[in-house]
Amino acid sequence: MSVAPAELDRPLSADETVPDKPWMTIVWNDPVNLMSYVTYVFEHVFGYPRPKAEKLMLDVHHKGKAVVAVGTREAMEHNVEVLHGYGLWATVRQDH
Amino acid sequence: MACGPRSARTISRKSTHHPKPEKKTEKMQMFRRTRDGGVSVWLPPGEATLLRTLVVPVLDLLGETGRPGETGRPPTPGDTADDLDRLLAEAVDAVEGTEAPSIPDDPVLARLLPDAYQEDPEAAGEFRKYTESSLREAKKYFAQTLLDTLPPSGGRVRLTGDQARDWMRALNDVRLMFGVRLEVTEDFEEQLASLAPDDPKVAAFEVYGWLGAVQESLVRALDR
Repeated sequence: MSVAPAELDRPLSADETVPDKPWMTIVWNDPVNLMSYVTYVFEHVFGYPRPKAEKLMLDVHHKGKAVVAVGTREAMEHNVEVLHGYGLWATVRQDH
Repeated sequence: MACGPRSARTISRKSTHHPKPEKKTEKMQMFRRTRDGGVSVWLPPGEATLLRTLVVPVLDLLGETGRPGETGRPPTPGDTADDLDRLLAEAVDAVEGTEAPSIPDDPVLARLLPDAYQEDPEAAGEFRKYTESSLREAKKYFAQTLLDTLPPSGGRVRLTGDQARDWMRALNDVRLMFGVRLEVTEDFEEQLASLAPDDPKVAAFEVYGWLGAVQESLVRALDR
């Protein structure tokens, strides 16, 4: 997770000055993670109801990736750290 | 993503091709949910030993940087629990302007500790600088939970819900290690079937399949 001192030296890019573009947590497909496990992680980490967790899992499986959460950069980075703990392949990106 | 194997009885090539039940006493039972929200399973001695020998290399690997020319940071006792110390250390690192690390060269470590930003190496490096060591510690903790709760000669394993989730993540990291080393695809059973019977990879693929069945059983027990 980023802490305040890290931000001081880092110049803001043009993207970051626009507050209305949300950040996203993206989960990518990989051949190892079990479908049941990924569904469980989405339910457990995000508190999503089973049908939503399953739909997101299937999106990852069939489309190669899915946006599983949208919000602040800090919240998305926190998600990614938790998902990496579960071994999911997750990244942060700002909506274009 | 991979579909869960049908059962944990896939460890021998024989049983894969002739799925008749074998001697009951030598095979793992499925995980069961217990009333207190945990899980329970019975492991034969051989499978307990196998699990242990598979988790240890993951633990060892997480203690290495996976980058040439760097040695692992010596482990700090109590590191996992002491968030304040960690935050202070990170703040000091930030002030001192420590260079942001890149993704480990070791492909297994690169998969266990992936980049958080795909098209922004600078952001990926910054994120890694502040999170990689705690992610390593977390993964080591999950692996250590499994080792600590696994009876040395097998038998009944009872786990709390938290311990069960640690097992689930530790098993997943072991499967990721196998997945990278064996270059598995989503049709790993077809990969296995296409190998010559005397191919040294056959045993590793079978262990990978068995691990998937164990993890699937654990997820199903927790999900009830």
